[in-house]
Amino acid sequence: MIKAILIFNNHGKPRLSKFYEHYNEDIEQQIIRETFHLVSKRDENVCNFLEGGMLIGGSDYKLIYRHYATLYFVFCVDSSESELGILDLIQVFVETLDKCFENVCELDLIFHVDKVHNILAEMVMGGMVLETNMNEIITQVDAQNKMEKSEVRLTLPVHYFYLSVYQAGQVDTGRYCRSACSCRISCKEHEPPGNAQKHQHW
Amino acid sequence: MALKIVKGSIDRMFDKNLQDLVRGIRNHKEDEAKYISTCIDEIKQELKQDNIAVKANAVCKLTYLQMLGYDVSWAAFNIVEVMSSSKFTYKRIGYLAASQCFHESTDVIMLTTNQIRKDLSSPNQYDTGVALTGLSCFVTPDLARDLANDIMTLMSHTKPYIRKKAVLIMYKVFLKYPESLRPAFPRLKEKLEDPDPGVQSAAVNVICELARRNPKNYLSLAPLFFKLMTSSTNNWVLIKIIKLFGALTPLEPRLGKKLIEPLTNLIHSTSAMSLLYECVNTVIAVLISLSSGMPNHSASIQLCVQKLRILIEDSDQNCEPSVNACMKYLGLLAMSKILKTHPKSVQSHKDLILQCLDDKDESIRLRALDLLYGMVSKKNLMEIVKKLMLHVDKAEGTTYRDELLTKIIDICSQSNYQYITNFEWYISILVELTRLEGTRHGHLIASQMLDVAIRVKAIRVFAVAQMATLLDNAHLLTGNVQRKGICEVLYAAAWICGEFSEHLDNPTQTLEAMLRPKVATLPGHIQAVYVQNAAKLFATILKSQEGNTDSTAAQETSQLMIDRLPLFVQSANLEVQERASCILQLVKYIQKLQQKDVEIAEEVIALFAGELNPVAPKAQKKVPVPEGLDLDAWINEPPSESESEDEQPRAIFAKEEPKHSRPRHTEVDEKELAKRREARKQEQANNPFYIKSSPSSQKVYQEAPGVEHIPVVQIDLSVPLKVPVFCPTGLPMSDQYVKLEEERRQKDKAEKKKKEKKKRKEKRSGRGKRHDSGPESEEDITPAHMVDIVTEEMPENALPSDDDDKDPNDPHKALDIDLDKPLADSEKLPVRSHRAAEVLKSPAQDGDAESAVSQETKKKSSKEKREKKKDKDRDRKKSKEDKKKKKKKHKSEEKGEDLLGGQEDGPVGQSEETSEVAAQPTSTTAEVSDLDFWLSNAPVPSNTQEAATVAAAEAAPVSELASGTAPDSEPDEPKDTETEETKSSKHKKKKQKKEKEEKEKKKKKKHHHHHHHSDGGGEESVQNGTVEEEEPLPPMSNYCLLAENSYIKMMMEDADQVNDIQGNLQDGSQVVVSVIFENKCDSFLKSMEFNVLDSLNSKLQRPEGSGPHDGLTVPFQLPPGVSNEARFVFTMQSIIMPQKLKGTLTFIVKNEDSSTHEKLDFKLHFTCTSYLITTPCYSDAFAKLLESGDLKCSSVKLEGVVMPFHHLLARICFRHHFSVVERIDSCASMYSRSIQDHHVCLLVKTSGQTVSIDAKCDEPTLLGNVLDEIKQTFSQC
Repeated sequence: MIKAILIFNNHGKPRLSKFYEHYNEDIEQQIIRETFHLVSKRDENVCNFLEGGMLIGGSDYKLIYRHYATLYFVFCVDSSESELGILDLIQVFVETLDKCFENVCELDLIFHVDKVHNILAEMVMGGMVLETNMNEIITQVDAQNKMEKSEVRLTLPVHYFYLSVYQAGQVDTGRYCRSACSCRISCKEHEPPGNAQKHQHW
Repeated sequence: MALKIVKGSIDRMFDKNLQDLVRGIRNHKEDEAKYISTCIDEIKQELKQDNIAVKANAVCKLTYLQMLGYDVSWAAFNIVEVMSSSKFTYKRIGYLAASQCFHESTDVIMLTTNQIRKDLSSPNQYDTGVALTGLSCFVTPDLARDLANDIMTLMSHTKPYIRKKAVLIMYKVFLKYPESLRPAFPRLKEKLEDPDPGVQSAAVNVICELARRNPKNYLSLAPLFFKLMTSSTNNWVLIKIIKLFGALTPLEPRLGKKLIEPLTNLIHSTSAMSLLYECVNTVIAVLISLSSGMPNHSASIQLCVQKLRILIEDSDQNCEPSVNACMKYLGLLAMSKILKTHPKSVQSHKDLILQCLDDKDESIRLRALDLLYGMVSKKNLMEIVKKLMLHVDKAEGTTYRDELLTKIIDICSQSNYQYITNFEWYISILVELTRLEGTRHGHLIASQMLDVAIRVKAIRVFAVAQMATLLDNAHLLTGNVQRKGICEVLYAAAWICGEFSEHLDNPTQTLEAMLRPKVATLPGHIQAVYVQNAAKLFATILKSQEGNTDSTAAQETSQLMIDRLPLFVQSANLEVQERASCILQLVKYIQKLQQKDVEIAEEVIALFAGELNPVAPKAQKKVPVPEGLDLDAWINEPPSESESEDEQPRAIFAKEEPKHSRPRHTEVDEKELAKRREARKQEQANNPFYIKSSPSSQKVYQEAPGVEHIPVVQIDLSVPLKVPVFCPTGLPMSDQYVKLEEERRQKDKAEKKKKEKKKRKEKRSGRGKRHDSGPESEEDITPAHMVDIVTEEMPENALPSDDDDKDPNDPHKALDIDLDKPLADSEKLPVRSHRAAEVLKSPAQDGDAESAVSQETKKKSSKEKREKKKDKDRDRKKSKEDKKKKKKKHKSEEKGEDLLGGQEDGPVGQSEETSEVAAQPTSTTAEVSDLDFWLSNAPVPSNTQEAATVAAAEAAPVSELASGTAPDSEPDEPKDTETEETKSSKHKKKKQKKEKEEKEKKKKKKHHHHHHHSDGGGEESVQNGTVEEEEPLPPMSNYCLLAENSYIKMMMEDADQVNDIQGNLQDGSQVVVSVIFENKCDSFLKSMEFNVLDSLNSKLQRPEGSGPHDGLTVPFQLPPGVSNEARFVFTMQSIIMPQKLKGTLTFIVKNEDSSTHEKLDFKLHFTCTSYLITTPCYSDAFAKLLESGDLKCSSVKLEGVVMPFHHLLARICFRHHFSVVERIDSCASMYSRSIQDHHVCLLVKTSGQTVSIDAKCDEPTLLGNVLDEIKQTFSQC
């Protein structure tokens, strides 16, 4: 069983937290902090397994993590999971994110934590691994997003879209703009075809 | 309209969405909290709006804030609202939020049941998917119970996407609602062979997770998993299966033999490292399980260890360093598995493990530490610990250092200090550990000090000296604020110095050290020990000084106490204060006596006389409760509830006792009291656990030969005890011990050699050289002292066992369920009941006249019934029991019945049917023996004999089946003798039992047949054209497991009804429940009391005069292995809804020497079916009843029913107490009557696999529930 899945950055800022067992918010934060503390002080070329997170689990539980650029992906699992298997699973998760977000970077996770949750939900359910096949995961995620879009298109008037792009463009860089608009409305109809390719998953 | 939409969206434009929120938080780095609080206010506003889009947006933001650590439980209701939106977009947001912040104590969760059910049956697969995903995170026992059936149906959904999610979530359902495991398991097993790999993987996942906790229940699935393992290509599935096999092999060594080959194939063929590693791991598990019986496998273990060594040592230049590190870690992990069973093979790699201790990776160091634990021996303990001590000094992080510390203590203290040869060394190690800064484990060191000092008598002199120094230098320990944890050591030091004060060199100095003002800064519990032990010291000092002619020294000591103690009297800690003031007064009194030159030392020392013996950790629990003592019984009658409420606040002070209890005390006269006191003393004298007050003064135990149950230590002073305590060279003290020890060992060795030489010279004639100067064996090292470790005390007859180590709260304990047993009727999953009302269509015809027909039937039936009842009950029960036992025997028995029943359709059809039905039970129940058979094919020659016997054993019942028509000839089975030869495996026992049952049945058979024959009319539902006799019915049982523990098993018969005498209906109706109690343990069970918590609707009938909460005494006692049946009558008000009652059975388990009170909780389910009585009805009466028009109708459709129509009818008759009125081809009318005289009529039609049931009843709710129950019965098959 997987007890928790955490993503945080090099400074310990949580980017996603999914606990498959209930803790109250304070303890969750404490677990994130402690896990960050344990993981961050480890060298790059030591092993990816860690024992002895006191707050979560106990002797039966392990932290299995991977470090990608600015992000740590940490899975807290019990002894029924294969250590190397979970490492592979993290890889699948990250590759899936990469496919869905097109060159995923930390900003994607910052602004679209709900989508990361949705992707994760197709991989892990209630602490058990649901699907490990990346294509299958992406198919399901896409189908759901398509459904969502068809619903949104029904309710959102066009000028709302322009307005939001305008707002987003004022506040942030172009990159943020993309992330801001891409989730609200299908980009295919309103953006140049070059960009549309990029956003097809959202 | 359009305007409205535009307006709404313009409103929304000014709302922040999630991205805006995130951006805002990023832009307000310096006042983040303030910004978020304004955002939360906005969200609260948004949630108040009616627009669901706005609400969903708000909930989405809340989910983000929840991740940042903000409590959002206040919005739980809004989340439910968003969840129930019809739009997928919002639904998904709602479910996500719910999965992040709902938990068992969220109260709105119970509002979600219907919404989730709706979503589960939604035509849109993603609605269902999202609901399943959400539910998997917040499922509660209630949700699990209510939705188990819906989820189970989803397991056969057409879309694999839903199937796999439904399969996976079943695990969560099982955890929360263990009763669902058995009914759902067959389907789960089916899913192992689902065409979709995702579904298959999910099923493997769930079963592996289940099997990990209770592997023995899943052994019978081994062949199936084996098939999967050899056919599947999904690495994830393979890993899971291989891991599962690793857990199963210890239970069944033959399985291991079968596994070796495919596993080695996988190892050679796979490219996935993860799969490879798991294969190796399981191979190791297999080898371990095999080699425990056979020594020749230890070579392969050696090989494995060698390979692992390569994994640990070798770093592949082509890989990333982190991958190498991972392999190193996993290699060590695998090695620790071998270590548990084959310590010798791992011990030779000590060098490698010690090397790993220097690894820069903490995870690897911790693994190595773990391994070290198993590698120590008498010879290398000192060396290893020395190395660890070096690491302790070097370690920078406190966690790792603490880990080291606990490991050192673990290693040294393991198996009762087995490896310690020199306890002086150990004490000095402990003292050295106290120098650690900021450790959390002060108490651990302290308890070790105490343990060693108490249990190793020889060490006390040394320990006391060391502890005195510690006390003297207490400021070193307490000086630093960071050292809070370590001052616990002073607790031990003070206690040891006080308790064994006679060994102190300079007690006065220690006393002074203990009474320093600085002590007052220590934690309260340590101060208390200080004060108490100062008093002990004082007593010792008095004793030594009293002999002197000069009494001033003694008086000075008293003065010191009187001067210093007031400091403690002022302590804020109650314990300290109380002890101090007591002792202060005592010393003052002593001082007074001293001034009068009275000798008082003896008396003072008597205060602290007596030896303290270590008591085993579980000793208290093992003390048997004396016979006749009922710990649960009230000593005084409990005050009534209203009273107790008033009194509770006052009850804090025990002085205010309830007045009525006072006079009782005074009634006891002095003589009686004296008598009791005497008796108590007598008892205490015989009780080893009572600390005696006899003044035998065991403090000076050298002179006390009286108590000889404590082994007295002989001190062999081959080593000088004196070692300079603080050595100027800076070498830690323990190192000096290591040196001394080495010297001693060498000396010993030299001496031994000398002796041996002598011996050899003497023995020259015989064998040449037996004692080679080979490697030094364990036995060669003689301990420095003859150390007698005082063993821990346990009550007599109590065996130290691990059975009570299991966590009673472990949710997996409830899932330890035998899955091979056929499913009982009442185990079916609860089906929703309130939905039926919607389906209902009232014909709305006013037919006020109760039809004469029904009146007639009623009268008739009630009369008949009373006559029949006894017969029927007995009959039915027997047939049920028989049916239960049928299993394999089924076929031949049915044949017999047919012959006697003589109502044949035609020989062809009949035989077809019989074989069809017979096939079903054999396939399910023969599984166990299947496993045996499967395993016996293992191609290992050593096993063939066993396999042959197994096969022979299996052949026996088959041949018996063949000769089954001759019931009286009981063939002498060779099996009984055979099974004795074969290893007593679990399955065989089962088989034996089965056979025994068969024998019994044969004896009964004649009788049974006779019954069938003679009272064909009396048999249930045989009034007119009911189920034809020739039809072989699948085995059906109405007995279901009610509750079970290690002592007793309760089986309940599906509530059996009695219609009370007519005219008594206003008092409600009665339902009789038969419960079989079966004693499963070896003890006598008595004083059983059966109690049920009454609900508004249903009450347990109790004898007159007893209160509403009293239990009913079960009218029998149960000797071991015996079962008996008791009946309980319940009164029902309304019968239109199913009921569930909670109950308890209390009983006393009586052994030869003890008796304990036990309790078993159970739940009684009354289904609506159980309120129905099988009542025959004539077809013309039936027609009139239907025509009368006062019945409301409802219908239900069952899909995918594959059984023949007459089976279907038989099942409805049997399970739901109907009788067949008329049957024409694939259409039948059925009738039943409730105990409150509701008529229930069914019209059952079948076409293909669809069965439609149209029903009529005068009570729509009852009808709905009955139909649901019928549906449930068929959804299970």
